[in-house]
Amino acid sequence: MLLEIKNLHASAGDKEILKGLNLSVKEGEIHAIMGPNGSGKSTLSAVLSGNPAFTVTQGTVHFKGMDLLSMTPEDRSREGLFLSFQYPVEIPGVSMVNFMRTAINEHRKYRKQEAMNASDFLKLMREKKALVELDNTLAGRSVNEGFSGGEKKRNEIFQMAMLDPVLSILDETDSGLDIDALRIVAQGVNKIHTPQKSCIVITHYQRLLNYIVPDRVHVLFEGRIVKSGDFQLAKDLEKQGYDWVKQELKD
Amino acid sequence: MGKETTYLNLFRNYREVLRQYSAPLMDSKREAAIGLFEKAGFPGPKDEAYRQCRLDALLEIDYGMNLYRLSAPPHPSKVFRCEVPSLSTKLFFVVNDVYYPDPDPQKLSEGVLYGSINAILREYPELMAPYYDRIAGQSADAFAALNTAMAQDGFLLFVPAGVEIEQPLQLIQLFHGEIEQMANRRNLVIIEDGASAKLMICDHSMTQSSCFSNQVTEVFVGKKARLEYYELEMTHPNNARLSNTFIDQQASSSVFVNGITLNNGVSRNNLNLRMLGEQAESMLSGLCLLDSHQFADYHVDVEHVVPQCTSRQLYKYILDDESRGVFAGKVLVHPNAQKTSAYQSNANLCNSSRARMNALPQLEIYADDVKCSHGSATGQIDENALFYMRSRGLSEQEARAMLKFAFVADVIEGIQLIPLKNRIHNLVGKRFRKQMSACAGCDIC
Repeated sequence: MLLEIKNLHASAGDKEILKGLNLSVKEGEIHAIMGPNGSGKSTLSAVLSGNPAFTVTQGTVHFKGMDLLSMTPEDRSREGLFLSFQYPVEIPGVSMVNFMRTAINEHRKYRKQEAMNASDFLKLMREKKALVELDNTLAGRSVNEGFSGGEKKRNEIFQMAMLDPVLSILDETDSGLDIDALRIVAQGVNKIHTPQKSCIVITHYQRLLNYIVPDRVHVLFEGRIVKSGDFQLAKDLEKQGYDWVKQELKD
Repeated sequence: MGKETTYLNLFRNYREVLRQYSAPLMDSKREAAIGLFEKAGFPGPKDEAYRQCRLDALLEIDYGMNLYRLSAPPHPSKVFRCEVPSLSTKLFFVVNDVYYPDPDPQKLSEGVLYGSINAILREYPELMAPYYDRIAGQSADAFAALNTAMAQDGFLLFVPAGVEIEQPLQLIQLFHGEIEQMANRRNLVIIEDGASAKLMICDHSMTQSSCFSNQVTEVFVGKKARLEYYELEMTHPNNARLSNTFIDQQASSSVFVNGITLNNGVSRNNLNLRMLGEQAESMLSGLCLLDSHQFADYHVDVEHVVPQCTSRQLYKYILDDESRGVFAGKVLVHPNAQKTSAYQSNANLCNSSRARMNALPQLEIYADDVKCSHGSATGQIDENALFYMRSRGLSEQEARAMLKFAFVADVIEGIQLIPLKNRIHNLVGKRFRKQMSACAGCDIC
């Protein structure tokens, strides 16, 4: 098992948001997590990536057999966990090329590898940029500064391609994207995907799942996974909304 | 009048010694200056200009002064290296307040004078009389007055009209000695009409004893003249620096000032710029990186006396631990200084709840057709950016260093000497990654 979440409780300040969440992800699987607004989808991605704004009060998370919750955000990344942010952060004054080179080399240092030389690095960057059709001016620009919504999301997938994670969490990567940008992002994700890598796709809508076809679909509601199924579940949700799930729960 | 008495007595008791060892031009200014010092006294808690900068404890120390002009061998150029890679500079040394003769004297250009201010004032009294103490003598600052009363040496640069010196000149001011001492360093820089020069002044300490540098630098920039003036302080926690820099700028001249505090104890930098001729331009910038108990205080006063001049100020501070910073920037526009453009910007990053920053941006405008603006902001590192970077595998320390670096990048990018810019880039990076300890001689350079 690549990721195993058991009875996870987490809060932001005094407010409990995750209330006993269970989820298991095997190598190679793509899981979709859907759910209405405020159900805790983004909190789950934040907790898994180690965002200090959230506190875990109960439960365990194992990633590659390690206790994920005791690891720093940087070590989670170095071990192969990647979060594509719903709202990528603008960092004025830090260039993309400097940011990525530092990130890559910190990953390599962690694996006791030599730092990558400049020409290999630039070659890698060129190759991965092409996957998401990012233009050539990217390298010199500050991280996400002045990027359009679509560029920011493509930039997330570009970073994912550069860091080559074993588990990627895409937090509403489809939100705010037009049809073309959605296609580019989804194709980028598919090109990176291999049978050894897993992915958790957090989304409101089914439309991204037309491109990235999940093995499992889960419904997150009030901090718990209340329903799981195959791709058909996503289609049902798209057609009927979440009310029937809520109704089922009441019954 | 407690601490002042010590200096007044010292002055009276050693009046003959001062006369004996200094140029008549320097000596002729002493009586007026000591009178001014006696009247003003060291700034107290009610003194607005020094309200945030308390020097009482430092002034309690019984400093020694090198009144008999003893030099401390060996020659600093033998033991000290502060070279900027790929920047070929002409080096000068002042240890405490003693100018060390140039080991490799060479003519820079026809008519250029450089070296010991004491020696040059002695040799060229008529040439220098219009300049020496002309601006400082009008200052009400007690430290400037004390300097004029006690100063015996320092560095002088005179670039005659029309001469352009391409090669950057570098003055290294060092402290060396086992006892507590005060150095009244006096510098004079004269760039005549149409001339140009680039001067870099670096402050270092070679020993860890308490030292107080009370420095006055007068700068005259003539018509259509250009000056790039850099200051870099890399001293240690027992070092106190009180610096008064006075710059007078004539028509169509251009002045670029950049001051960087990388390591220090207590520093107070007064920078006074007067724009006295039309179409003059100036850019004043600075960067203070402070941690532990370091203190840095910049008082920048820009006076637009005549119309059609442009001035800019850009000052940034990063404060960690229990450090304290003060920035007081003032632009004064005289009634007839129409068409003035004046901009002032100050931004500060306070990374600890115990660090403190006081910012006092001020505009005083008496003309009605001007463009002036100022802005000041003090904040913290963006936690969202920090987490975003860590989530990509950057350590917290590395991420913080990159964010701090991004914050100060515009001040460093503004440095016009490219090799110096690269060097500062490197030193600031080291500083943020805590790879640089307090200044210990030349080990870090």
